[in-house]
Amino acid sequence: MSKGEPLRLHVPEPTGRPGCATDFSYLRLSPAGAVRRPEVDVAPMDTRDLAYSLISVIDAEGNAVGPWVPHIDIEVVRKGLRAMMKTRIFDSRMLMAQRQKKMSFYMQSLGEEAIGTAQALALNVDDMCFPTYRQQSILVVRDYPMVDMICQLMSNERDPLKGRQLPVMYSVKKAGFFSISGNLATQYIQAVGWGMASAIKGDTKIASAWIGDGATAEADFDTALTFAHVYRAPVILNVVNNQWAISTFQAIAGGEDTTFAARGVGCGIASLRVDGNDFLAVYAASQWAAERARRNLGPCLIEWVTYRAGPHSTSDDPSKYRPGDDWTHFPLGDPIMRLKQYLIKAGAWSEQEHEETQKRLEAEVLAAQKEAEQYGTMASGHTFSPAEMFDGIYKELPEHLRVQRQQLGI
Amino acid sequence: MTMIQALRSAMDVMMEKDENVVVFGQDVGYFGGVFRCTEGLQKKYGKSRVFDTPISEGGIVGVAIGMGAYGLRPCIEIQFADYIYPAYDQIVSEAARLRFRSAGDFTAPIAIRTPCGGGIYGGQTHSQSPEAVFAHVCGLRTVMPSNPYDAKGLLISSIECDDPVIFLEPKRLYNGPFDGHHDKPVVPWSQNPMGEVPEGYYTVPLDKAAIFRPGKQLTVLAYGTMVWVCEAAARETGIDAEIIDLRSLWPLDLETIVESVKKTGRCVVVHEATRTCGFGAELVSLVQEHCFYHLEAPIERVTGWDTPYPHAQEWAYFPGPARVGAAFKRAVEA
Repeated sequence: MSKGEPLRLHVPEPTGRPGCATDFSYLRLSPAGAVRRPEVDVAPMDTRDLAYSLISVIDAEGNAVGPWVPHIDIEVVRKGLRAMMKTRIFDSRMLMAQRQKKMSFYMQSLGEEAIGTAQALALNVDDMCFPTYRQQSILVVRDYPMVDMICQLMSNERDPLKGRQLPVMYSVKKAGFFSISGNLATQYIQAVGWGMASAIKGDTKIASAWIGDGATAEADFDTALTFAHVYRAPVILNVVNNQWAISTFQAIAGGEDTTFAARGVGCGIASLRVDGNDFLAVYAASQWAAERARRNLGPCLIEWVTYRAGPHSTSDDPSKYRPGDDWTHFPLGDPIMRLKQYLIKAGAWSEQEHEETQKRLEAEVLAAQKEAEQYGTMASGHTFSPAEMFDGIYKELPEHLRVQRQQLGI
Repeated sequence: MTMIQALRSAMDVMMEKDENVVVFGQDVGYFGGVFRCTEGLQKKYGKSRVFDTPISEGGIVGVAIGMGAYGLRPCIEIQFADYIYPAYDQIVSEAARLRFRSAGDFTAPIAIRTPCGGGIYGGQTHSQSPEAVFAHVCGLRTVMPSNPYDAKGLLISSIECDDPVIFLEPKRLYNGPFDGHHDKPVVPWSQNPMGEVPEGYYTVPLDKAAIFRPGKQLTVLAYGTMVWVCEAAARETGIDAEIIDLRSLWPLDLETIVESVKKTGRCVVVHEATRTCGFGAELVSLVQEHCFYHLEAPIERVTGWDTPYPHAQEWAYFPGPARVGAAFKRAVEA
């Protein structure tokens, strides 16, 4: 046996760094309408090709084409577009509010609005979502009051979470939106447990799990896939591949020369890889996965291919690690513009309606912000009393916490 | 009943009483658990309520949290406390915080059973006592029984509790009490009054210590196997020690502790876990803070050494009656 060359450590790099363009050819794309649509009872192993291709419905001209064109009421599509627009307006408004120091922190979902919106519309309201910090579109489309969202962001006197949580870490049980945790991936396995509970009780509700590309490297990701597969849990396992985990390109998460959807097939889970910026494809795939889960046919993993258009958070400056104009070159474009083009072509939307809707939603968000600000901001000192921090740790206040609260003088 | 039978009975009673109680973990289903604690439960309640899981501690606790959020009441098992660490993130960041961070929107009413403690030649990874790791986490309750009667009553209370409970079971006590005299045959629970366990439903309250042996000369704070070791040490030294079995480690029964130390003026804390930053440090600190003017001697601590749990050196590590008795003497003679 020859001794061979010295070994070298391989450390993946993105093609685009500040000052040079990204080569997006690494994305395994398929033309709209080109990918087959199997029956919902397909065997997981027979979804292998789907895990390495890309389901798209809306083509470059704004036509809906191919086997994945969903049966969807046009009113639902219009509602979806409005919710996506509202999410984006909300994000930009809250970004500004953070810059004005009305809140300490914010995270936008710019460019990813279609995924949460369309999936939420494909689910029932009592199906529980286990979101990350970038699925605010679910709350928006489920019509959770924007004032309550902003009160949480401002940690003010009407914050539903009483000032205990960092901004964007919402929790809204009644909107099927599980409490967000700062610890990545933890909710993924919890979603599987929720789905298992629904199955144990003979219920008809399903769970929707959410994770980003970077967080798939956490142990809870693999654990969730194993448990979902073992118990055929009624859960949709969503992987939002926005190409970036803060400054880290998805190749460092394990995306080089493979797909995240392929992980599902490897674990015996039916898996799809879908254009995350195509509202109709997101709706169709979510509906397919929901039906599969609801019919006891097992879980489904869906990799949503999209692009994190904005900074990771208000504490992040992407110009330090990726090209400034990267989003404009991303081959799957902007989900709002693509759906708008589709709706106009279908005769169900117009430039004028778009403009009017934009203005109306801007006014709505602004009014919500004004209303929320009446209840104060963290900067104005209108927050919940420090007594609240001792409460709700246990169901009943234990003696040692009663004493500590007293020591604080309250 | 043995402690094993008592724990099984607690789960049986609660599964009968509340259809939201589910039991799962490695080997707990068909096989009935490597310690037999869940024997027969799957047959009686079916696979959807008692089932085997993949070998994934993080997964076991993670799905339990999701089930709790749905409205179930999982009583889950981690095969050995030594293997609970992969679930640490789910326990600390999720189960313990869920009620607080969601302002009560979601809760984690789960009981995590796990066999702990040494004295069985278990070596490094079948002997640990990680209670301090959990007592330090706000939002958790940490509980450890020392006999079959308490084991059943405390486990029923833990399953009914709406807070997450770490339920540590000293496996050395599963079949009979153990006072540290490893050279003598173990007497089974059937010959001890604490092995008398009612068949049906009853509870032992959380946050309540038990005076295991009343005494006047010295207060001993202990739990689990060490309660029995301390009793032997009192017997052998002739020191009239008041042995308090904490039962609930945190939150704990401060009143019973303070009342006793104020009476005796002396205190020895005993646990199997390693010394530095062990739970004993918190007990010493609490006694010092609340009983300073009543203390007539420094507070003593008898614990495992600050070493990983060894195999061949088991009885040099394990705080047996001789080491505990010597501390009793130092405390009363000081």
